[in-house]
Amino acid sequence: MLDRLLSHDRPRNRWLAMLLVAIVVGVALTPFIFPGTKALNVAAKVIVFIVLAASFDLLLGYTGIVSFAHTMFFGIGAYGIAIASTRLGPTWGALALGTAFALALSALLSLVIGLFSLRVKAIFFAMITLAVASAFLTLASQLSDFTGGEDGLTFKVPEALQPSTGYASGPVLGASIDGRLLSYYLLFVVALLLVLALLRIVNSPFGRVLQAIRENDFRAEAIGYRTVVYRTIANVVAALFATLAGVLLALWLRYNGPDTTLSFEIMLDVLLIVVIGGMGTIYGAVIGGVLLVLAQNYLQDVMKLAAAAVQDVPFLSQIVSPDRWLLWLGILFVLSVYWFPSGVVGRLRAMRKGGADRR
Amino acid sequence: MSAADALPKARFDALPLILIALIALAAWPAVGSTSTWVTLTVAGLAMGMIVFIAASGLTLVFGLMDVLNFGHSVFIALGAYVATSVLAVTAGWTSAASLLPTLGAVLLAMLAAMTLGGAIGLGFERVIVRPVYGQHLKQILVTLGGAIIGEELIKVVWGPAQIPLPLPDALRGSVLIGDAAVEKFRLVAVVVGLVVLVALLYTLNRTKIGLLIRAGVQDREMVESLGYRIRRLFVAVFAAGSALAGLGGCLWGMNQQIVVPQIGGQVNVLLFIVIIIGGLGSTLGCLVGALAVGLMTNYVGFLEPKLTMFSSIGLMVAVLVWRPQGLYPLAR
Repeated sequence: MLDRLLSHDRPRNRWLAMLLVAIVVGVALTPFIFPGTKALNVAAKVIVFIVLAASFDLLLGYTGIVSFAHTMFFGIGAYGIAIASTRLGPTWGALALGTAFALALSALLSLVIGLFSLRVKAIFFAMITLAVASAFLTLASQLSDFTGGEDGLTFKVPEALQPSTGYASGPVLGASIDGRLLSYYLLFVVALLLVLALLRIVNSPFGRVLQAIRENDFRAEAIGYRTVVYRTIANVVAALFATLAGVLLALWLRYNGPDTTLSFEIMLDVLLIVVIGGMGTIYGAVIGGVLLVLAQNYLQDVMKLAAAAVQDVPFLSQIVSPDRWLLWLGILFVLSVYWFPSGVVGRLRAMRKGGADRR
Repeated sequence: MSAADALPKARFDALPLILIALIALAAWPAVGSTSTWVTLTVAGLAMGMIVFIAASGLTLVFGLMDVLNFGHSVFIALGAYVATSVLAVTAGWTSAASLLPTLGAVLLAMLAAMTLGGAIGLGFERVIVRPVYGQHLKQILVTLGGAIIGEELIKVVWGPAQIPLPLPDALRGSVLIGDAAVEKFRLVAVVVGLVVLVALLYTLNRTKIGLLIRAGVQDREMVESLGYRIRRLFVAVFAAGSALAGLGGCLWGMNQQIVVPQIGGQVNVLLFIVIIIGGLGSTLGCLVGALAVGLMTNYVGFLEPKLTMFSSIGLMVAVLVWRPQGLYPLAR
């Protein structure tokens, strides 16, 4: 049963399996274990970023192509339901319509970009997507009648998901049972299904062809697989999953703006997650996502302590100042590309001792 | 018949040059007034020159070693920040409205930006680029990581806030050419761009090093088999490219008059568009692409400001439909 759910792609290491179980249980029980809005918001962000990074892993890790337009599709999803909800009011129909439109737009755009630029080198694709994504960012912040411009859009979600809707009179186990909690579990379940679906995709024959293309596209072509077609399909599928991640984020925040979904910083975050967690292993996105979002929200507190300790040293205090947390993740990123390109997951799997490999 | 005549000569492809003239001519009736058109054209050429300076290193490095440096943006930002520091130190020279000390200060800023850019470029090549030669995916990732680290280090040194970079008084304002007002700084940018262009063309076409670089772009292995260490050449080209990026960043910063840590990333998108238009690895293509993008941006910025960003992307798509490998594809 579990094996089928995981598409026979087990963690293959005891520590990794334990970590994953801990993450899933932790995220599932966050509203009850860690009270407070911040913890819940962080956990929701973890959920969304895991989906986003896992879909990016399909491109980067499994197909070996670098796309910088991934946040564009993320943004399309978020804007889809944001715009639909502002125009049509907070109904489920608006959400469905917005999601459908966003998916259609993402599919179309990713298809066009893919057909246009995936014929040639990986580098070319990276550059084209970078240009297209920055143009889209400009577009989103300039069409202010439609997208709310730089300020973004704040909208209402259907009543069942609103924080004011209570389902139980008193708090249960320290958490109030309201619409907010319901949306949290909606996010959790959808994200879980999406990640399992991605696992299914990468372990299907289609996923194997993608890996063959990553390893040696010339040979894959020679065997008879049309690499352009496979790459383009992978691009479209990844874009659709990213769109759904965007829908989840907007649903949780009840807000969307250029900086929340479209900015280049988010793209870098996703790259960091996938590379540090481990490319070509969907589990890497899970581990990396938790690491990065936690670092974003809590590493700064730790660094504040460190900065206070070396306050008087001129240069050092600058480097460990809490605003420079990205510097350390950047260094970690470069080091992981050099020395452990398969990331945390690859490292754990390579460890002899933990050999939970039952295959 | 001499030996030189016997060699088949490559025919010069002038069509892309006509493209630039076409863009300029098409904009004339659209803009309406001749004086505005001249102002915009000079502004476009100046911007094109700055972009060319910054992009030339990127395209040469790619042509020679197949390395696309996503960390190029760091050197642009570095150049702009060095300019703020140098111009702050030499504030005494630039306070007077006389031209000569001001130009001296600006020249000093440009030299400092180039030196620092080149020196850090050497280190960047050694630490970031060298370990991942020949692996495209890792190159993109690692140079991008280098860009993240570089941007953060710039924030450590200069602070995360934006720094104003006001033009010295002597370079403000404009001169009248006929009816058209041309900003003085644009003229400086065009002159500096021309100097760099001539120096680059001279080095590439008239010196032995240039010959080796061009040969290396055409066929690296052949040059290596003739006994030249192309790695060493590449390091020099990388450092020179970084120095030029520093120079370009210095000029770009003065053009924008405000410097933010993200400045490199913003320009980098433009540079990518330019070198894709020109054909990856081609220096001439880079120049033509930069001028075309510069002109296009300024005309469209005047006619329809909201479409500015799309004009260059539209141009790129149009060029790629016409010539899928860019204007001047490398012959290989």
